[in-house]
Amino acid sequence: MSLRDLLPAAGAFRYNFAFMDEGAKREVRRALLKAVAIPGHQVPFASPELPIARGWGTGGLQVTMSLIGPDDVLKIIDQGCDGSVNAVNLRKLLVATTGVRTTFDSRESTLLQSRHRLPEIPMTEGQIAVLQVPLPEPLRLVEPSEVETRRMHAEGDYARMWVSLYEDVVQNGAISLAAGYPCRVNGSYIMSPSPLPRWDLPMLNQASHLTLLGAGREKRVYAVPPHTSVRPLEFDDLPFEVESFAGLSCARCGSTGTFLDEIYDERTGKPSRVCSDSGFCDLVQAGVVPAKGAPHD
Amino acid sequence: MTDSSVTERSVVLSARNIGKRYGLGCDACEEETGPDRGTNVCPRCGSIIALRGVSFDLREAEILGIVGESGSGKSTLVQCIYFDVEATSGELRLRDHDPNDDVLRLARNRKRRIRASLMGMVYQNPLRGLRVDITSGANVAEKLLEAEVFHFARIRARAGELLAKTEIPASYIDALPRTLSGGMQQRIQIAKALANNPPLVLLDEVTSGLDVSVQARVLDLIRELQHELAISLIVVSHDMGVIRLLADRTMVLKNGCVVEQGLTDQILEDPQHAYTQLLVHSTL
Amino acid sequence: MGYVAVQGGITAIENSQKLNRYLRLRGQSAPLTVRQIMEQMAPLVDRVMSEGSLHSPFHAALALKQASGDPIEASFLLRAYRSTLRRLVDSLPVRTDQMRILRRISSAFKTIPGGQVLGSTSDYEQRILDFSLAEETAGTQCDAKREFESFIDGIEESLDPDQFRKVVAMLRDQGLVAPLAPALSAEPTDVTQESAEFPLDRSGRLQMLARAETGGLLALAYSSMRGYGSIHPTIAELRVGYVRVQIPHPFRPGAAVSLGSLAITEVEIVASVRRSEQEEKPAFSLGYGACFGHNEVKAISIAVLDRAMKSPCPHAPAEDQEFVLLHTDGIESSGFCSHFKLPHYVTFQSDLDRLRNLQGSEE
Repeated sequence: MSLRDLLPAAGAFRYNFAFMDEGAKREVRRALLKAVAIPGHQVPFASPELPIARGWGTGGLQVTMSLIGPDDVLKIIDQGCDGSVNAVNLRKLLVATTGVRTTFDSRESTLLQSRHRLPEIPMTEGQIAVLQVPLPEPLRLVEPSEVETRRMHAEGDYARMWVSLYEDVVQNGAISLAAGYPCRVNGSYIMSPSPLPRWDLPMLNQASHLTLLGAGREKRVYAVPPHTSVRPLEFDDLPFEVESFAGLSCARCGSTGTFLDEIYDERTGKPSRVCSDSGFCDLVQAGVVPAKGAPHD
Repeated sequence: MTDSSVTERSVVLSARNIGKRYGLGCDACEEETGPDRGTNVCPRCGSIIALRGVSFDLREAEILGIVGESGSGKSTLVQCIYFDVEATSGELRLRDHDPNDDVLRLARNRKRRIRASLMGMVYQNPLRGLRVDITSGANVAEKLLEAEVFHFARIRARAGELLAKTEIPASYIDALPRTLSGGMQQRIQIAKALANNPPLVLLDEVTSGLDVSVQARVLDLIRELQHELAISLIVVSHDMGVIRLLADRTMVLKNGCVVEQGLTDQILEDPQHAYTQLLVHSTL
Repeated sequence: MGYVAVQGGITAIENSQKLNRYLRLRGQSAPLTVRQIMEQMAPLVDRVMSEGSLHSPFHAALALKQASGDPIEASFLLRAYRSTLRRLVDSLPVRTDQMRILRRISSAFKTIPGGQVLGSTSDYEQRILDFSLAEETAGTQCDAKREFESFIDGIEESLDPDQFRKVVAMLRDQGLVAPLAPALSAEPTDVTQESAEFPLDRSGRLQMLARAETGGLLALAYSSMRGYGSIHPTIAELRVGYVRVQIPHPFRPGAAVSLGSLAITEVEIVASVRRSEQEEKPAFSLGYGACFGHNEVKAISIAVLDRAMKSPCPHAPAEDQEFVLLHTDGIESSGFCSHFKLPHYVTFQSDLDRLRNLQGSEE
């Protein structure tokens, strides 16, 4: 069957708008409401199978499918890029089953589904970021059992998480956690931020937009409502650090203040850097927005 | 320290009618168990009445000894106080917490905070109180982190200071407890229990698993630290020698009930209850 | 430059999909019909229905055709299709003691009421490649079929379900296994309606096992059989056959309407003696397994794991319900496994940054 067959064409459509049936969508929305009401708390939901493989964004996809309406403008990115495998795949499915307009310009989007990045241009009030989460449980680092991690969250029993950071510093001289750095949300629950790079975490803190996080395989949704504090776990005397791109700039748009991917030339093997956020980089090159300077310039 | 000075000091912990039952319980439990019946298993419903109606006050810098044979409920009692075991009845109030709160009835997250900042515990088996897969320093750090001390350099310094105080070589700070001797493990537990300067520390048969020579040194250490820091201790032991050495006051438990309590000297010299007499004479 | 250009990436992906679909078509053979798969690859169809959690031989065979025979891929297609179907009604509990028997054996007793019914099994085959099958034609197939049909004509037709008393019921009458627990007062758990919460009750555990991937279940059950927390199972009874599916009558309270029947495999094992808290006398413990279609390895594995997960103090991996249930779903595990092929440019960049930073601080 081709995706075209999924289109709600006149007379002959076989699937509901946005694939999932309305009852299932309502169930996801109920879980999302609870998630928004308890920032950072992982809310279980049924998470039926979708035509996309588990681990490929089914959590984010269910959140998007349960929220999307005909007037939404959709942007889908995978690790910052609109053209990457996962983004292409999900976009095709959503367009085929809804017919909504899509965009590569994050400013235009009402719904932005992403795997592991937030756009470089801060999102604004009214926009919703939907993040695909492979492993929602931040405490899995220190505890394999689900029964136990749920108890730990309920009791605010986070000492073991902190101990692992202490040991990290003792052994490595610094906290070696990279992407998906654990954060405390609203001063309460510890949350795994998708795996966003550390670079994006300041954009989650006191953001204007709503962030919804969906983990399909693990059957959990959670949320960061607008204007909510998201603090990376840090010691008072060892402040949290984002990735450093000091002295580097994008080979395409010249930005020095964006998250840069390291790429190697196919022929010469020579390394260079380009913006991970391809939509932003395109806008800079088209002269629509200015290049971004380093944050501390 | 003299007896009169103890009674003038403030009450750090006040326990009233603490009870712990395993099983559903029935009307006969009360009647059919206890020291007079010589059992704590209810013959009708099979429930175990591990503790019944235990009340006492613990004053500042006082050492209370709890003795009894195994199954008397003495370990259960300190575990109820430390919230490891949920008491089925009774009330517990702490001087350094809101006196309106019966802390046994608080939500688990609040109990956890009280336990982190106001109590320390040293278990008979160091493997229960320590995590063997993290370093000695991290074990002490855990207690500080539980009390939300998040300054790395200060945590590190405090861990070093406590290990020194408990006579652990400084190089052991980054060693795994699993590689250390039982005596060393017990010292790390003590260091961890003292991490947040708690007003109250519970010691459950702390020397039972140790060699006799090591026992004496650990007991000396406990006595010195208690003196220096003026903390209140509850010392659980089946060993009258330990009680004689440490406790100002002693409570004798049998089949979950208090059969006698008073000044340690008095209890050792002139035991009133037949069971206490048996305990005292069997060890002299 | 090697940048993933937006349009180029999209085209490359579409071309890759085209190539994938072409692979099934490129040979010279006639198209495989769905009916052929249903009829000639029945165990595979059964497995896909069971792991895809939807009883429909047609859809399972179609999924197998689309997936070029890959069972996990096919059961995934079936599950995704299932998500689009409305749930109309819950059936009444299926009566397996009323099963129309195709096969029924016990390894506990040589003779049992109703007798051992071997039915169809590959247990007694010598695994020798049969080269005559390479030469099979419509003609030879027809001859073989006729020969078998004349043999089968001589066999008594109906096996009365009532003659096959459950072996476990017999043991229970003698007090050798624990008495039946009272019927569930609550609705059984349905992990397709709400996510599994641990500890999961037995109905939810058995449901997750019934949907799990055969190979995954076998690996964990085998670990228990081999010694990691062995429970010493004996198959009290294994039955394969048709059970009736009934729903409550929409207008007449208490009455039922039959929708049809479906084939299942059911296994009951008795295992190590256990003395439970409620019962005075020691008794054999039980394990139960059931799944769609004819899949004996799966049903036995489920029964072993069901029993293993009831161990009062879990030590072995197969006794830990979170470990067993969260790692045996083929659709979830294969999906997550293949997700590692997705770009990890950003997350890996973050890892690189940390490593270079740590290396720098040591210099």
